[in-house]
Amino acid sequence: MKSYKTKVEESFFKGLMIASMCIVLGLLLLILGTVIWKGLPALDLAMLTQTPKGGYYLGKEGGVLNAILGSLCLAGGATLLAFIISLPIAIYLHLFAGRSRIVDLVRLALDVLWGVPSIVYGAFGFIILLWLGMRASLLGGIIALALLELPIMTRGMDEAIAMVPGSLREASYALGSTRLETALKVMVRQAMPGLLTAVLIAFGRGIGDAASVLFTAGYTDRLPDSLFSPVASLPLAVFFQLSTPVVAVQERAYASALILTIIILGLSLISRRLAGRLTQHVVR
Amino acid sequence: MIRDMNLAQVTAYRQTRQKRDGLARRVTGLLTLAATLLVPLVAIALFFGARSILVAKPIGELLFSETWQPLKGSFGFFPFIMGTLWVTALAIIFSVPPSVLTAIYLAEYASPKMRAVVKPFIDLLAGIPSVIYGVWGMLIIVPFVGDYLAPAVNGLLGYFRLFRNENPTGYGLLSGGIVLAVMVFPIIIAVADEVISAVPDGLREASLALGATRWQTIRLVVMREAWPGVLAAIVLGLSRAFGETMAVLMVVGNVPLVPHSIFDAAYPLTALIANNYGEMMSIPLYSAALLAAALILLLIVLGFNVASRLVLIRLVRKD
Repeated sequence: MKSYKTKVEESFFKGLMIASMCIVLGLLLLILGTVIWKGLPALDLAMLTQTPKGGYYLGKEGGVLNAILGSLCLAGGATLLAFIISLPIAIYLHLFAGRSRIVDLVRLALDVLWGVPSIVYGAFGFIILLWLGMRASLLGGIIALALLELPIMTRGMDEAIAMVPGSLREASYALGSTRLETALKVMVRQAMPGLLTAVLIAFGRGIGDAASVLFTAGYTDRLPDSLFSPVASLPLAVFFQLSTPVVAVQERAYASALILTIIILGLSLISRRLAGRLTQHVVR
Repeated sequence: MIRDMNLAQVTAYRQTRQKRDGLARRVTGLLTLAATLLVPLVAIALFFGARSILVAKPIGELLFSETWQPLKGSFGFFPFIMGTLWVTALAIIFSVPPSVLTAIYLAEYASPKMRAVVKPFIDLLAGIPSVIYGVWGMLIIVPFVGDYLAPAVNGLLGYFRLFRNENPTGYGLLSGGIVLAVMVFPIIIAVADEVISAVPDGLREASLALGATRWQTIRLVVMREAWPGVLAAIVLGLSRAFGETMAVLMVVGNVPLVPHSIFDAAYPLTALIANNYGEMMSIPLYSAALLAAALILLLIVLGFNVASRLVLIRLVRKD
């Protein structure tokens, strides 16, 4: 027989859980609401289409086009670099690595790499730049961000390929395909939506990260023009503009924060759509 | 294609394909090896970068000295280490109860439909860049702490040093802890949910069949099975909070003193590195000191991560 006390206990904890979930979701809405509420009044076409005219510190006219393009170049380059390394690793884990202990070790190393703070990647990237005799530049930022994105993308791809049924691989082998052919013509094609999701998630993580590009990419008011000169980025545009005492410049920081948030939300929506299509074309 | 070939051509074609396959195995294997060795490589690079200060100063002085005066050659990390520990501890205290309860709800009570609605929002929370959290912290949390929470708590509990408010700005440990707690929510929720969901259904059914209520089943059966994994989830969240830079930097006040109250401003290690690196390259030992700070950070985070991942591998594999 269930006593009155157990019933009360159950509903108490259930209420507590629902309240917790509401707090978590409410805070998410509060964050997005805050960014929109402060950013929307400051956002105009000039913010999106012009470079700063008076230096970011003083504000004046112009926008943050330098940071928008800079961020796209940084995250795009880093995502490309990380992709070139990640896909072969994911393929190796599923098709070439024989012993499962090695696979476990690699996955552990990647998970640990995922946990390394981005500021450490920034410091490491800076050491590499010094070692190469370079200064803060687009290339430096791309390298640091690629390191940051690598474990995220690789583990995402690893899981996407793991979803492909084993029978497809066996069918491919039975037809006489080599492992490479099976990887590229069967596994990658079957896992494509999942692989793209992994790429987008890594891109989103890269475009939002500030600590790793702080010393490796630098900051500039000009548009990105060369791999070897500094570039601006949206997260740093938010950070630097917010650290000034000038109210007008702070407004620009809120607008930049809104732009960054919209990019992140957009990426999240696209990757959701792709994940939905994951089940659509998969052979079972 | 093969139909038009003679036997020698077919053999040659097969050999090229096999050669390509072998090459692919070597290239992908090499890349995998490189990625696996990246963690030690980062640690070694930081160690060599920090070597000059590790040689010049005893470790004890670096870790426990309170004086931070790079211009005079004193590099005491103690205030920064304490700043990091305090802000991380506050973040964990604030984030563990709501996120573990949310994870239990999602794994045990929520319908599949509800999970499908809630989980994307949790993922979204995980994807928000840390500067955005920082902006939110400066706009909402800092004024809230400075104008309402600090005076109220100071009035009630100001007798205790821990809750005394001598810092009217709101920029300080408590604000940092709250912002970090929100950043840590999605990590703890996602991992704990996965671990709790991995508990075999047979255990639940056996408990329910014996007449236990759902909550009793969760408390006495499911959580008893899942707690190491939930602990690992918390440790993963902890190490995220430990290494978080931008959001903390923006709300924690950045005063290089050992904090004594939750309202005091502090200066975590990550903020120290971010605020100073690159600017002070001309002062001897300064950049080495900052790389030493990065090395300390890396080693602690590595320890946390390896331990919790090992626990998780064992738990989630079991099914």
